[in-house]
Amino acid sequence: MKKIIYTFLLLLPLSVMASGGVKLQSVDIDLSDFDSMQKGAKHYVTYCLGCHSLKHMRYKRIAVDLNIDEDTVLEEIAPEGAGIYNQMHTAMDKRDSSKWFGTTPPDLSLIARSRGPDWIYSYLKGFYKDESKPLGVNNTVFKDVGMPNMLWKLQGTQTPTFTTVEGQEVLAYLKLTKPGTLSPGEFDTMVTELVNFLVYVGEPMQLERITMGKYVLLFFLMFTIIAYLLKKEYWKDIDS
Amino acid sequence: MTREVVDKSKRQFLTTALTVVGAVGTGYLAVPFISQMQPSARAMAAGAPVEVDISRIEPGQLIRIAWRGKPVWVLSRTPEVLEILEKDTAKLADPNSKDSDQPDDTSNSYRSIRPEIFIAVGLCTHLGCSPTFRPEIAPNDLGDDWKGGFFCPCHGSGFDLAGRVFKSVPAPTNLVVPPYRYITDTQIIIGEEPKKEASA
Amino acid sequence: MKNKLNVSSDGLKNSMNVSTNWLLKRFPLSKMWNDHMAQYYAPKNFNFWYFFGSLALLVLVNQIITGILLTMNYKPDAKLAFDSVEYIMRDVDWGWLIRYMHSTGASAFFIVIYLHMFRGMIYGSYKKPRELVWIFGMLLFVCLMAEAFMGYLLPWGQMSYWGAQVIISLFSAIPVIGEDLSLWVRGDYVISDATLNRFFAFHVIAVPLALIILVFLHIIALHEVGSNNPDGIEIKESKDPWGHPVDGIPFHPYYTVKDLVGVGVFLFFFATIIFYMPEMGGYFLEHANFIPADPLKTPEHIAPLWYFTPFYAILRAIPDKFMGVIAMGGAIVVLFLLPWLDRCKVKSIRYRGGIFKKAFVLFIISFIVLGYLGTQPATPGYTMLARVFTAIYFGFFLLLPLYTPWEKTKPVPKSVTHEKTAMEDYSALVDTFDKMTVKQDPIKTSWGSTVTPVKPDAAGIKNVLIQLAKKLKESLD
Repeated sequence: MKKIIYTFLLLLPLSVMASGGVKLQSVDIDLSDFDSMQKGAKHYVTYCLGCHSLKHMRYKRIAVDLNIDEDTVLEEIAPEGAGIYNQMHTAMDKRDSSKWFGTTPPDLSLIARSRGPDWIYSYLKGFYKDESKPLGVNNTVFKDVGMPNMLWKLQGTQTPTFTTVEGQEVLAYLKLTKPGTLSPGEFDTMVTELVNFLVYVGEPMQLERITMGKYVLLFFLMFTIIAYLLKKEYWKDIDS
Repeated sequence: MTREVVDKSKRQFLTTALTVVGAVGTGYLAVPFISQMQPSARAMAAGAPVEVDISRIEPGQLIRIAWRGKPVWVLSRTPEVLEILEKDTAKLADPNSKDSDQPDDTSNSYRSIRPEIFIAVGLCTHLGCSPTFRPEIAPNDLGDDWKGGFFCPCHGSGFDLAGRVFKSVPAPTNLVVPPYRYITDTQIIIGEEPKKEASA
Repeated sequence: MKNKLNVSSDGLKNSMNVSTNWLLKRFPLSKMWNDHMAQYYAPKNFNFWYFFGSLALLVLVNQIITGILLTMNYKPDAKLAFDSVEYIMRDVDWGWLIRYMHSTGASAFFIVIYLHMFRGMIYGSYKKPRELVWIFGMLLFVCLMAEAFMGYLLPWGQMSYWGAQVIISLFSAIPVIGEDLSLWVRGDYVISDATLNRFFAFHVIAVPLALIILVFLHIIALHEVGSNNPDGIEIKESKDPWGHPVDGIPFHPYYTVKDLVGVGVFLFFFATIIFYMPEMGGYFLEHANFIPADPLKTPEHIAPLWYFTPFYAILRAIPDKFMGVIAMGGAIVVLFLLPWLDRCKVKSIRYRGGIFKKAFVLFIISFIVLGYLGTQPATPGYTMLARVFTAIYFGFFLLLPLYTPWEKTKPVPKSVTHEKTAMEDYSALVDTFDKMTVKQDPIKTSWGSTVTPVKPDAAGIKNVLIQLAKKLKESLD
């Protein structure tokens, strides 16, 4: 039940989030699944933190929110040498990165709020082979992307098939031509975990906020009922 | 308009009930409003324990480090100083640190874990100025009785080299000793709260 | 024991009386209380639409308190602003709640104010003798728009930045001085740190101060002439032997307790948004505003926040820069002129002619459609639509002086009519529901109670719909 509510609340705002015409795959976010988010945090540090910081997130907060003890966070999630109070900075120098990629990889603390979970999910799954590009890959939702597919070893290689619609070549579908170390199902789960974590990072207090909401609403309901009874009592003077 | 007999007690009851509910709500709302002025997670992070290497401190030397933004002194005391501290307690207001603030393992006459290394928060217990380090004996401005210590320039409080306050000065208690422990022989971690038993 | 208690409570009362007297001799507290609350006689037939005045005041207080708390951690510096907002959201204790209260409060303010203005328009609250109340109200509305616009720059996200860039560029459309003026407003060639810093100053002190003064003037002016009511009659014209209006009741306690119900319901919805949907699907907090401002990259689609979109749509509808700005400004100016454009003697829409009713419905539709169009990308089709509705918007106001003097009005009652209570509304709803359904045989549930299931009834629904259509047509005549 909880899961349904969370999903519903998360999907609600997304229905109006336009995304440049590309149809996005929908991801099943579950913020009550701490295990999934913990795994997502590990994936993030392994595959993403090398370039993309989460500068608004502290390791300490992960420990508190996702119910892990601090030592475990430092040993299993945080990179070498990070302190529990540290923010999730990347080790990469900004000047190096702009030399390598032509731009500084953005901080992803708020990516789930600006792009939405479905976009991240589709993006991470949307890399395909394109030899005409400098990095040899392109992306279905982010055309001419300047980022290599970090997960290609796990996912394998996807090759596109194009069709012609109204004289323009458009992407029809992607086919897995070289399997990766994970099966497609396992890979989807992994990406979901990653997105789940990023949704949490986008607004860490959302867990707290949703739990707290019902008490506040109950309070205002009570207040309104008493106020209504009081009003009715006083207005007997006038209505009679 | 025909006025019925008004049930005053019901009105009174409902008014009281609404007032109470409203007051409770306001009270709950006040909690976030007030606690948002508490130190934030960033301030807490800045207040994290700090490590000090004491291997390079020469005898008689004082180094200053920042912990929670406050100056913390690490002083290496010579045997002569320790001797004075032992004997010269007549002028002290609280020689045994009974009314002062320090961790249990430093409530001795040297106010430290190891006698030679003294650590204290360098803020006067009067109104929070940072006293100056005056190790010299009987300087001109402080008089012949001065056997080395800390002197607060703001309001004239004096402390000995164990941070113990002298009698008849504005400061009420000895300097505060922060919690600290030795990680190795030469490494100290300052500001770590005594560890509670790890819960499962 | 009892006696002793009495004595001490008497003593307390006595000392309270002494200090109250001391105060009252020096400050007209009880006079103010009587003038504006206990002996301010308001018409007894206020309905749903009359909640929004007091709610606007509540939201203003909310904005001021949460705003003060936010300034304690916010940094009005182009390099720090965006991060300081996220700092408030994450590192400051309860910062997220305060920020959401403020951001949701901004939208709530406009919802409440638009409904308040709607009330004023349907019941003719802008008409003689309340023209000044309306003017103060409109000034409040303009200040509120300025306040919201400048506040929206502060988070320094992409939408903040580019929204401000677009709106300030409007000034440059003014002939001769335009360029210099927009440069002066920005304090730089583009939106920059200087702009942010001055907007912060306006947002936290200058405009709020103006708002508070205007609220004061708005209320004083209203209490001088007295409140209008859904029937649009002057209650002061018929008084009882004690000199009180026959149709009036003291504001306190009757409307204080009634407004408290409104406050409860409002806060319920307010809290629902704060705790469950603070972004409100991108309408209260836009998605692109979670990306830090980047002066080198415009987002694909910029839309102002929803409360500006009707005016923004009017701006875009006009194919000329300067005329667009004039039209947008004009859309607000015509509202100021409403008391003089409308020449009809009858105030409430209940007793006005069919032509006004129909024109007003069209106006409301055009406002809503323009609001929607303002959120959408400007495609040729949408632009055409925006032009049509812009014409209707202005048509409503500019045609008023032509037909309102000869409007066929209905007779206005001498005394206020009965307003349906919530209970009556509810039983009417139950009646309608019964008409639209047929009852089935009762069923015993597993809990032991009996339930009568109902089935929709096609003929009943048809009847109800016909009735509804008839009623609608009648009410527009």
